[in-house]
Amino acid sequence: MEKRVVYRSAWLPYALVAPQLAITLVFFFWPASQAIWFSFQLQDAFGQSSSFVGLQNFVALFKDPNYRDSFTVTAVFSVLVAGIGIALSLLLAVMADRVVRGSFAYRTLLIWPYAVAAAVAGVLYAFLFAPSIGIVTYVLKGWFGMDWNWVLKGDQAMALVVIAAVWNHISYNFLFFLAGLQSIPRSLIEAAAIDGAGPTRRFWSIVFPLLSPTAFFLLVVNVVYAFFGTFGIIDATTQGGPATSTQILVYKVYHDGVKAADLGGSSAQSVVLMAVVIALTVVQFRYIERKVNY
Amino acid sequence: MRIKLLAAALAGVGLFSGPARAQVEIQWWHSMGGALGEALNEVANAYNASQKEVKVVTSFKGTYPESMTAAIAAFRAGNPPHLLQVFEVGTATMMAAKGAVKPVYQLMRETKQPFDAKSYLPAVTGYYTDTKGNMLSFPFNSSTVMFYINKDAFKKAGLDPEKAPRTWREVQAAADKLKAAGQQCVYTTSWPSWKHVENFSAWHNLPIGTKENGFGGMDSRFTINSPQHVKHIEMLAEMAKKGQFTYAGRTNQGDAKFSSGECAMFTGSTGAQAGIRRAAKFEWSINFIPHHDDIKGAPQNSIIGGASLWVMTSKERKPAEYAAVAKFFSYLSQADVQMAWHTKTGYVPITQAAYDMTKKSGFYDKDPGAELAVKQLTHKAPTANSKGLRFGNFVQGRTVIEEELEAVFSGKKTAKQGLDDAVRRADEILVQFEKANK
Repeated sequence: MEKRVVYRSAWLPYALVAPQLAITLVFFFWPASQAIWFSFQLQDAFGQSSSFVGLQNFVALFKDPNYRDSFTVTAVFSVLVAGIGIALSLLLAVMADRVVRGSFAYRTLLIWPYAVAAAVAGVLYAFLFAPSIGIVTYVLKGWFGMDWNWVLKGDQAMALVVIAAVWNHISYNFLFFLAGLQSIPRSLIEAAAIDGAGPTRRFWSIVFPLLSPTAFFLLVVNVVYAFFGTFGIIDATTQGGPATSTQILVYKVYHDGVKAADLGGSSAQSVVLMAVVIALTVVQFRYIERKVNY
Repeated sequence: MRIKLLAAALAGVGLFSGPARAQVEIQWWHSMGGALGEALNEVANAYNASQKEVKVVTSFKGTYPESMTAAIAAFRAGNPPHLLQVFEVGTATMMAAKGAVKPVYQLMRETKQPFDAKSYLPAVTGYYTDTKGNMLSFPFNSSTVMFYINKDAFKKAGLDPEKAPRTWREVQAAADKLKAAGQQCVYTTSWPSWKHVENFSAWHNLPIGTKENGFGGMDSRFTINSPQHVKHIEMLAEMAKKGQFTYAGRTNQGDAKFSSGECAMFTGSTGAQAGIRRAAKFEWSINFIPHHDDIKGAPQNSIIGGASLWVMTSKERKPAEYAAVAKFFSYLSQADVQMAWHTKTGYVPITQAAYDMTKKSGFYDKDPGAELAVKQLTHKAPTANSKGLRFGNFVQGRTVIEEELEAVFSGKKTAKQGLDDAVRRADEILVQFEKANK
């Protein structure tokens, strides 16, 4: 069955989508086309002279081993953020779904972190884990004897930004999973229980497959989040360091373009980033979506 | 309705262009937050109160890179501020922006305001003049890097608290003793590239780059992978391995590690003093930065950090506005104004007259550390290696150097590898800058 509204007027449907279209054009397509245009140019910071240099900006980028490293960093970071974020929130959602008493309080508390802006979350975690004064650092050093100094240790810096990014986004995932869980018909689960299937078996054979559309949607959203939305967290904590161990692609775009005023190079990076995200989204929809049961 | 609006708009225009000899407003964008921002506003307010023709309006625009980005965007939109405070590493970028800025010497000549570049301390003049000695931007807040020790920690480790280490050999010897006495963090630093690459080079009279550290032309290339540089960074990496050097981060994170008493020795800006004075619950002293006694000619003189004021241009700028800026500069050049700024903020006095005046006032008897910075900056007459640096897009260049230093200090690369990579990557940025600013 197709859901389709038929308008009698010829212009009304266009008028109704016009605001959305205008916003998309002004805030998405126009800047994107500007980025593409700039990426073929070499410009001084003040925009007083610019020359067309073809693909030179891109060639320079891919010759730079640090830029290639940035891809690896981004890949590791997004897999960790999306993987841990989805797994943890699924666990929390299943738990919260089973709780009978006080479930409202639990759910509300689990939704809270989403109200915290990424930059604020970054600052919070920077304080908690600060190498000399952080309260978590105190525990790590005092109880576990860990040499915690993410200002110099790349792996620890990566762990820190992953923890902060996952924490900040867990509520979002949680909400979707919870809604997904509640829409699973009770009768299915009860029938399985009567047939003698235990909770684990019920989860993997019934609940999880029925949740897969939600999980797939969250996968796409989380990858995009890891690519772009975590900018504030990184800027407030590691700023891409130490060395370049937490320099994800979007942070490098910002640093080179905004801080270092290299518009050509930065635009070339954002064009590459755009291509990567488009490719990832297409892959996700074409290949992974086929395995999803709607 | 529409007519009313139009009338209101016209009235508004009338308000601004009404009196023929209206006050000229000067926009001054700066990056002085907190107590420094208050001191800056006091300067502007005092000037506004002293005369009626010019009104200086200050606005805080965030950190140095943020202000610069904002001003660049404003210039592109055709509405830049009259005055922009630009940090030292942005100097080359501003200089290359020929149509966007008016060199100070030119402004002062055109407006017939007296101005003598030689009245400034040589270390200051050197940084902001072209090769012919013409002042390009107006020196404002200058700092330099100093060496701080925690006297109480020295006492506890059985070291003489009145004898701060003068050479790196002595620093290492003191570090061994401090470590043995149970000091958790022995030495730390703020601004690693500024201290351990840029100032290290100047203090030992070594070039940071070819062509007089970039003063001689945009085709300068970095030389910070010389054997001496490698040896110095190697020493730091070695100290880090032994737990005698704690890396704190790329900006001023080291300040808090010292003022909290966590670290016993520390290199940081003269500007760190205010914070240390407030927070430190121990006796401390401020000293010359250590040098290597096996490098000939050391110690030379240290170089400045901080910022200067650039005059920005636009198509709509009127001669009266330039004249107003020049008048304000003349006011800022007065020794008493400079002394007030110097004693309030902890930045170094930038003219000889202000230095003499402060000395006479007895300020340094109470606060010897404030004078030490001047003595270090003027320790010897600056050479081509120690008058400063001028590299295109050094904001990016410095980040590259810091990234590579971090790789060395964490043991991922050797000092040689790290500095070679730093030179290669930073040179690429210079090549790019040269091409973009032809």
